[in-house]
Amino acid sequence: MQTSSEEKLPRKLEKPGRASRIRALRKSLVPWFFISPFLILFLVFNAFPLGFSIFLSFQEWNPVAGLNSMKFVGFKNYLSAVDDPWLWKSIYNTVWLAFAANIPQHLIAIPIAYLLVASLKGTVRHLYTATMFVPFITSTVAVSLIFFTIYSANTGILNQWLLALSTMPFIGGLFSWVPDVMPIRWLGKSDLLKPAIAFVVVWKYTGFNIVIYSAGFLTISKDLYDAAKVDGCNAWQQFWYVALPMIRPFIFFAVTLSIIGSLQLFEEPYVLTSGNSGGVGQAGLTASYYLYLVGWEWLEMGQAAAISWILFLFIAVVTSVHFYFNGRKGLEGNQ
Amino acid sequence: MKKSLIALATSASLFATGAIAGDIRFDGWPDLDSHLDTVIPLFEAKNADVKINYQMNDHGDHHKKLTTNMATGTGAGDVVAIDVGFVGSFINGGGFENLSGEKYGANDLKTEFVDYAWTQGKGLDGNQYGIPYDIGPGVMYYRTDVLGGVDGDIDQVITDWDSYIEYGKKLKEKGIFLIADAGDVAKTIVFTTVEPGNGTYFDKDGNSLVTSERFVTAFETAKRIRDAGLDGQIGSWTNEWYAGFKEGTVATQLSGAWLLGHLQNWMAPDTSGKWAVSNLPDGIFGSWGGGFLAIPTQAENKAEAWEFIKYLTASEEAQISALKTIGAFPVLKSTYADAAFDEPIEFLGGQKARLLFAEVANNISAVEPQKGDLIAEDVVMSGALTEVLNDGKDVMAALKDAERLLMRRVK
Repeated sequence: MQTSSEEKLPRKLEKPGRASRIRALRKSLVPWFFISPFLILFLVFNAFPLGFSIFLSFQEWNPVAGLNSMKFVGFKNYLSAVDDPWLWKSIYNTVWLAFAANIPQHLIAIPIAYLLVASLKGTVRHLYTATMFVPFITSTVAVSLIFFTIYSANTGILNQWLLALSTMPFIGGLFSWVPDVMPIRWLGKSDLLKPAIAFVVVWKYTGFNIVIYSAGFLTISKDLYDAAKVDGCNAWQQFWYVALPMIRPFIFFAVTLSIIGSLQLFEEPYVLTSGNSGGVGQAGLTASYYLYLVGWEWLEMGQAAAISWILFLFIAVVTSVHFYFNGRKGLEGNQ
Repeated sequence: MKKSLIALATSASLFATGAIAGDIRFDGWPDLDSHLDTVIPLFEAKNADVKINYQMNDHGDHHKKLTTNMATGTGAGDVVAIDVGFVGSFINGGGFENLSGEKYGANDLKTEFVDYAWTQGKGLDGNQYGIPYDIGPGVMYYRTDVLGGVDGDIDQVITDWDSYIEYGKKLKEKGIFLIADAGDVAKTIVFTTVEPGNGTYFDKDGNSLVTSERFVTAFETAKRIRDAGLDGQIGSWTNEWYAGFKEGTVATQLSGAWLLGHLQNWMAPDTSGKWAVSNLPDGIFGSWGGGFLAIPTQAENKAEAWEFIKYLTASEEAQISALKTIGAFPVLKSTYADAAFDEPIEFLGGQKARLLFAEVANNISAVEPQKGDLIAEDVVMSGALTEVLNDGKDVMAALKDAERLLMRRVK
């Protein structure tokens, strides 16, 4: 009897013990199960590729030869990237385009958004904003193809307009130089290619910034303007001393997006140069374009992975500089 | 990079299923599907146990997909088409069946094919990996009405590059361009006058040829045409290019036999009868494009795939059918005696152009594809050439810069 009761006792204790442990385990696992769709997608499509590309950047790999053909080469890919003239050229182009395409975007968007908010009401304003937003939601490839035709030297509408302007009665004098330089090869000269690309970017993204800034101007309380008016501010002073400082967080947000976006610029230059290794003199070769060229056209995946990490470092440095100088003020905003 | 790895992962999962036993899949790009629609029923009638389907992607995507298939070792078709521009990079990677091996015995077919095309399908180890299925014998297309307008004689025009340029000067007075893009002349010279035993950009030992006489002559000839204002600076495959053909503002175009199909079907159908073809200027023979068929080592039904490749390339029936349906010029020499070759071609004013194409095909000398060709083409023939032509960079300086870039990548 004693032995059996002794046997029973631990069994009784053990039974609820195991069950509760399972229950506890299940309890702690259930949340993981519920977030697993995200986790799986994140691991497969974000974490793994990220890790794999670090690994890849130390290998020499021609993808066509299969996974087994990878060869460890240490830092060779990084070292050869550092003295790669096309990489530096592409980074220079990227920075050039970042400035040339972004500064006009914001200089145009801020006043337009201000005027829209100040002078138009409700539906009309929404109509205008929506119209200006359309370029942003149009496919980049489609936009770039249209601009490719617009820029066409002999048949493009841009050159035809310039010619027409030169024969107009009053302003013709301003454009008298046009017939002498025709046809202007917007995409066929290395010094015209970058401005041509920058213009497409400006056209496409200004509307997006107008939307952001309109939202910003709408947050400003009417009382502030009224107080300014009482103090004798004219319209310009209301804009410069009241409205503009108030939308600082919005400027910070829009500029951050612009910086990241322009450092990843790919489709516009790719389509406008017909995918032809960056156009004349590689003037349209941006960093991500070059990355694509090395990896997919030249089949040097290891080198491409190394370049992508160099590009990552570069973006990180640029955005942290931007955050350091503008972040505090930008994020403080109205408070 | 992240994007490409995602692409790699997705395509791996998408195509992981592969072909079912007995079925073979053909991977290629349009218009091959039109050709296959005609010949698959003929082949299946003879081989009742084999079922063939195909997967077409556009030219660029097809080669990108094939790259991911090779990288991951899964998802490629049993028979894959490879463009001549990619064949050197692909077949030397080791992912394709050695068709010279005992299982296939491709070497027995060698004599039946146009020599240069056969050589292009060889790997660096001397074995056959790709079997050519079509070729693009190079010719000069010219407008007969334009030529008549200046009382020109075509044989005189194509004597050498000087006489060709002289013709251009006469045309300029009438406001007609000699050629759409002077760069085509440079490409023609570079690709067609390769010294025996050399590759296009490298010699046998992998030394660069980029600053050699051939490249200098090519670039300088193109520059002469550009500087004299004889070309339209019009890129290929743009609306301006098609407009030039339609309106007769461009007098000549150097290209492959396949351009004929494009011209008469959609680029400039209304200009029928106003065109003719001749040999390339300066007595050179060259080719524009061409396609190869290969079997990936990952394929499941290799024996059937090989039978189908043999049917597509080494049977007169399939080769002539391709000529008729998609204008792909045959690579099988015995077809040149076919009646189809004697047919006058209406678009070319009744010229028996196929005889000329065949003559050109037999005279082209082989250039073996090499590993660095893809990089070299980007760096030299798009990069350096446009800098010389569009930006006025010095020829030798441009070639030296290109060579330096090239060698630090290829070595």
